[in-house]
Amino acid sequence: MAKLGKQSWTLNQRVYIQETGTSVGPKESRGPLGDSFDKSYDNLYCGEDNWEMAERKLLQDAIQITLEKAGLKQQHIDMFIAGDLLNQNVSANYTARDMDMSYLGMFGACSTSMETLAVASQLVDAGVADRILTAVCSHNATAERQFRFPTEYGNQKPATATSTATGAGCALVSREKSQIRIEGATIGKVVDFGATNAFDLGSAMVPAAYDTIKRHLSDFGRTPADYDLIVTGDLSSVGSPILKDMLRSDGINIDAVHKDCGNLLYNNDQGMLAGGSGTACSAIVTYSHLLDEMRKGTYKRILVTATGALMNPTLIRQKESIPAIAHSVVLVREEV
Amino acid sequence: MDFFWAFVVGGFICVLGQLLLDVAKLDAGHVMSTFVVLGCVLDGFDLYDNLLSFAGAGASVPITSFGHSLLHGAMEQADKHGFWGIALGMFQLTSAGIAAAILFGFLVSVFFKPRG
Amino acid sequence: MDSKFKKENYTDTAKTYYPKVPYVRNCLKAFFVGGFICLIGELLTKFYMQVFDMSQQEAGTPTVTTLILISAILTGLGIYDRIAQFAGAGSAVPVTGFANAVTSAALEYKSEGYVLGVGSNMFKLAGSVIVFGVTSAYIVGIIRYIFNQLIGG
Repeated sequence: MAKLGKQSWTLNQRVYIQETGTSVGPKESRGPLGDSFDKSYDNLYCGEDNWEMAERKLLQDAIQITLEKAGLKQQHIDMFIAGDLLNQNVSANYTARDMDMSYLGMFGACSTSMETLAVASQLVDAGVADRILTAVCSHNATAERQFRFPTEYGNQKPATATSTATGAGCALVSREKSQIRIEGATIGKVVDFGATNAFDLGSAMVPAAYDTIKRHLSDFGRTPADYDLIVTGDLSSVGSPILKDMLRSDGINIDAVHKDCGNLLYNNDQGMLAGGSGTACSAIVTYSHLLDEMRKGTYKRILVTATGALMNPTLIRQKESIPAIAHSVVLVREEV
Repeated sequence: MDFFWAFVVGGFICVLGQLLLDVAKLDAGHVMSTFVVLGCVLDGFDLYDNLLSFAGAGASVPITSFGHSLLHGAMEQADKHGFWGIALGMFQLTSAGIAAAILFGFLVSVFFKPRG
Repeated sequence: MDSKFKKENYTDTAKTYYPKVPYVRNCLKAFFVGGFICLIGELLTKFYMQVFDMSQQEAGTPTVTTLILISAILTGLGIYDRIAQFAGAGSAVPVTGFANAVTSAALEYKSEGYVLGVGSNMFKLAGSVIVFGVTSAYIVGIIRYIFNQLIGG
């Protein structure tokens, strides 16, 4: 059966992440994971005229690199599933216009990476597609411009604020055997605990991560000990401790296996405040560093829980709170 | 001594702003708007002029002085032209600041690109 | 679940996880940077009074104009926002903060063209200052005017 428990999916066939590609901006390439990314730029413009074009360039790079590594061309791919943070998902849409295949645009804010990966794995499992490219991207300047303030504006950000990652991550999903297999997924539900501070999205998303992780363990009949790593997307240095405490108060202890992509992405001296965020954050860390570690043998089974804050500036100014969602995908290492 | 008081008074007004940022959790835009109203109200009670002559740039550089100038210009013209002078004089003293911000803002946008 | 994590208590609980705001350090940074900008203002005023033989009043205009120019250029060079992250209100409260608000908006929307981009969005952030300044000046002005008339007449 493919449905498991209340919100989870397993797969009938063996579905794999065949290849991945990542392209990142300057701060990400200078961070602790800098060497694990496939391509990087030393400038936020990425050689383009404006921020929005730069974001698309990153997405195009990630796709191109993935195809090259897999030795494939666009004609071999059945479907493209992608998303980003911008209104109307334009980075994904406009990149899709150069892709000669079916396209599904998806939006889950910073949870889109696992959202697209989970959906792609099910479509490949169902046999409606043999090979699917899933990708997400985000860019610090496009996000600042849309969600916050003009990039050169002098508003002093509090220490709880996260910084949108600049980059794109792409994964090729298929039934071709590789070292990384997708074991299943738990699709989150929207959770809103009344957070209103748009400069602290980390703690706003914790209840959603808590809900999904708890649901996942229950649906799969597992405990944290079944995982070598339970990594969240961008709960930040503020949200991570809250998540651990919240789960622990329910008897679920993830302390030994928890990490947060946003916390892994930057050094403390890079001025990224509470850590990284954005659609790309979980994707670039997972598709490069974490999969590398899996192939090296550091991790055998990991749970990647991407977290997204589903608000927009208009509703924040209208005094609405911040609903969030978290989607989890289980990845296991296989011997090839 | 002028320099000393300009520094101290200006710095102090900024500290008040910082408290609004840190304690009241306002953002820069809210702080600027609050201060402009404050400067206007202080001039309404004839208090800001004293601060200006005492602290010089320490009172004329913060955005509070913008509020003061709006009211001051309005009242000056009201003295000369009666009630409708209020409308006439509103931008009299602040014209230089607004015009400069528009002009230089525009020119910078022509010759520079944002760096992110 | 611990009751402190329940929905009704969550936001209060979350705040206990916030890093401590360094109030004193922030106020000191604001004080020194803000004071310094005003000091530059005072120097400029004295300069204009001396070199161009202006009165204190007259020197106000070129002083403000010069400060706005400096702020606009620093914004264009990508320096002002870094100063602002450090100084907070020290760079937002002086008139340089207003100029930065206008310039940063103008710069950001350049990619959408000069008319619909720069022109339409330039006052996106600074507009409130003018709106609230003028509105309060009208209200206070009318009250003062009536008050003056009642006393004088």
